[in-house]
Amino acid sequence: MARLDVRKTYKLYIGGAFPRSESGHSYEVADAAGRFVANASLASRKDVRDAVVAARKAFGGWSGRTAYNRGQILYRIAEVMEDRRPQFEDAVRQSEGLGAAAARGQVDAAVDRLVWYAGWADKLAQVVGNANPVAGPFFNHTAPEPTGVVGALAPQESSLLGLVSTLAPVVVSGNVAVVVSSYGRPLPAVTFAEVLATSDVPGGVVNILTGDATVLGPWLAGHMDVNAIDLVGVAGHPDLAGELEVAAADNLKRVRRAPAAEPDWSIEPGLEPMTAFLEHKTVWHPVGV
Amino acid sequence: MAFEYAPAPESRSIVDIKPSYGLFVDGAFVDGNGAAFKTINPATEETLAEIAEADEADVDAAVQAARRAFRSWSRMPGKERAKYLFRIARILQERARELAVLESIDNGKPIKESRDVDVPTVAAHFFYHAGWADKLDYAGLGPNPRALGVAGQVIPWNFPLLMLAWKVAPALACGNTVVLKPAETTPLTALLFAEICQQADLPAGVVNIITGAGGTGQALVGHPDVDKVAFTGSTDVGKAIARAVAGTDKKVTLELGGKAANIVFEDAALDQAVEGIVSGIFFNQGHVCCAGSRLLVQESVAEEVLHRLKRRMATLRVGDPLDKNTDIGAINSAEQLARITELSGIGDAEGAERWSPDCELPASGYWFPPTIFTGVSQAHRIAREEIFGPVLSVLTFRTPSEAIEKANNTPYGLSAGVWTEKGSRILHMADRLRAGVVWANTFNKFDPTSPFGGYQESGYGREGGRQGLAAYLKGGQA
Repeated sequence: MARLDVRKTYKLYIGGAFPRSESGHSYEVADAAGRFVANASLASRKDVRDAVVAARKAFGGWSGRTAYNRGQILYRIAEVMEDRRPQFEDAVRQSEGLGAAAARGQVDAAVDRLVWYAGWADKLAQVVGNANPVAGPFFNHTAPEPTGVVGALAPQESSLLGLVSTLAPVVVSGNVAVVVSSYGRPLPAVTFAEVLATSDVPGGVVNILTGDATVLGPWLAGHMDVNAIDLVGVAGHPDLAGELEVAAADNLKRVRRAPAAEPDWSIEPGLEPMTAFLEHKTVWHPVGV
Repeated sequence: MAFEYAPAPESRSIVDIKPSYGLFVDGAFVDGNGAAFKTINPATEETLAEIAEADEADVDAAVQAARRAFRSWSRMPGKERAKYLFRIARILQERARELAVLESIDNGKPIKESRDVDVPTVAAHFFYHAGWADKLDYAGLGPNPRALGVAGQVIPWNFPLLMLAWKVAPALACGNTVVLKPAETTPLTALLFAEICQQADLPAGVVNIITGAGGTGQALVGHPDVDKVAFTGSTDVGKAIARAVAGTDKKVTLELGGKAANIVFEDAALDQAVEGIVSGIFFNQGHVCCAGSRLLVQESVAEEVLHRLKRRMATLRVGDPLDKNTDIGAINSAEQLARITELSGIGDAEGAERWSPDCELPASGYWFPPTIFTGVSQAHRIAREEIFGPVLSVLTFRTPSEAIEKANNTPYGLSAGVWTEKGSRILHMADRLRAGVVWANTFNKFDPTSPFGGYQESGYGREGGRQGLAAYLKGGQA
């Protein structure tokens, strides 16, 4: 008799651990052709709250790392991903219904994007910060700082490249993230979480929830300890995006608005995905003897 | 120890306040459709003028005028736009004394502040931004930066003309046109600025000034043809604006409330720190969103600092805003005085200890003496809520980490102060304070080149500096 394969349980990623949903719920994930693949954990409101707590706890440490160190860790994620390219290619092919070459292209682009962002870690402050020549005897400079806990609704279509392109700009500057994966295509996100867990990313810096952005989005948008939110995962749903923006106003979250349609992830992103989650701090000190 | 000073009033003959003012729309003063309201001198309660109120139709007319003007203004070569701004800056300097006196009469702030801080900084803002108008490609905000369109701007009463400059100068430099609503209690310098735009031959519709209260502001922010909303004011109104623009393409900057910690370590130069505490909370009657309203003083020097602070406070002169020796002027409105009085009363009721120097307050007008509360805990409302008046809450700490924890224990994050002679500690504290502006061994300093704005519920976006330009440009990335 042929050996029976051992299937993987797809779980959430919260605080560096892989729990099932606190709710006990899961949902069926199908491949692009509609065939059953696996049950994924269906994250609940409580999972969102747990993930925010884990993220907040990780913020001080992660934002306090040197930019050089964060760059090293992002590069390490790319290395570990590169090592597992065949697994990601399978996952993307299955999720997105792509041919082998196209799936490989997505994985390559995702790894390359991480490398691109890794290099930004210790350059961002030089590019978006500066000295200010005030009219008086003062040292005065402005430098970027991370906003804090960022809730990100990952894109629904691009299950890996879109996910990486949404997450990397958030964490490279020292933010921590609670990410809701694509609902219909969540499995590459879970595999990506397994990469994060083995890439020296401190627990809680990235938390990945599989589930429904339309259900989890309002809890994340209304959570008073979340500082910012990326709504790309509800692209094309202007009514819902508007409701989430209203909820986000309760504590004046920084909102990266939902575009009309999911962006073309192959284009070089520019600075905006990073600057959307930065604060500028200006420091003054008198000059004198 | 009180010095006697002879009165030294600045003459108000330099200003010519008209009995009534209309709206400034499309380059001309027009009547408003709403019910006119009065602006008063808060130091005397004397009515200064009747001010037109813009209703929805007036707001629409102003936005349409700005839209029409946008076409040519945004396409005008930057070097020509720059010259209009330089021209405005020069006229502001030429009419500086007139503007300062008018500001003090309408707002209640001491003439030495309007004359030496507000108005010079206003002119500096126009000079600074004038120079950007033809250099936006070099701002490092991405390729091909373009204007957004019509900016709807709503400003508060605490720095009426300075907040106008913070809003109007970058908007115009970047090629936007504006509809600006000054606060209902302080419209006069904005209306004088409209005259200055006429003197500068600024094309009609580039700047429109509409007066009114909250309803007028709502109509402006909610107008579908406004591309950009800029607001300075309370956090509650800021949240309402964030809800109002949800689901639109409007770009927004909000500069809101604060409850800044001013942290004094035991090794600080204490006399300088006391000066910083005084300017931090008593500058502009404490009507300052970035006021150092929570003093965190290290336990070992708390008694000494309070002793010196009280001695210094006893020399503060409260009274006629137009007197050149006045340190603390009038509270801007009866409404604001009621709020300060109410929150101070809550401070008493919650068990904090109130102290004010002996000072005689004028019989008419709105006044509140410089006040400190000691024995304040973090749970007290006077340690958590923005009082927006000359009221300081004093708390103590033992270690730097306790100071950081207490300083950051607020939903706000606009500013913070640190006083210590140890350089490495300054940088450590500056790193960990979650605030948009950190003043180390100084406080309440402003400059057009220096970005200003908050973390968390103090709002988002920056005003001033290179970062401030991004708020008025498409493709802006900072």
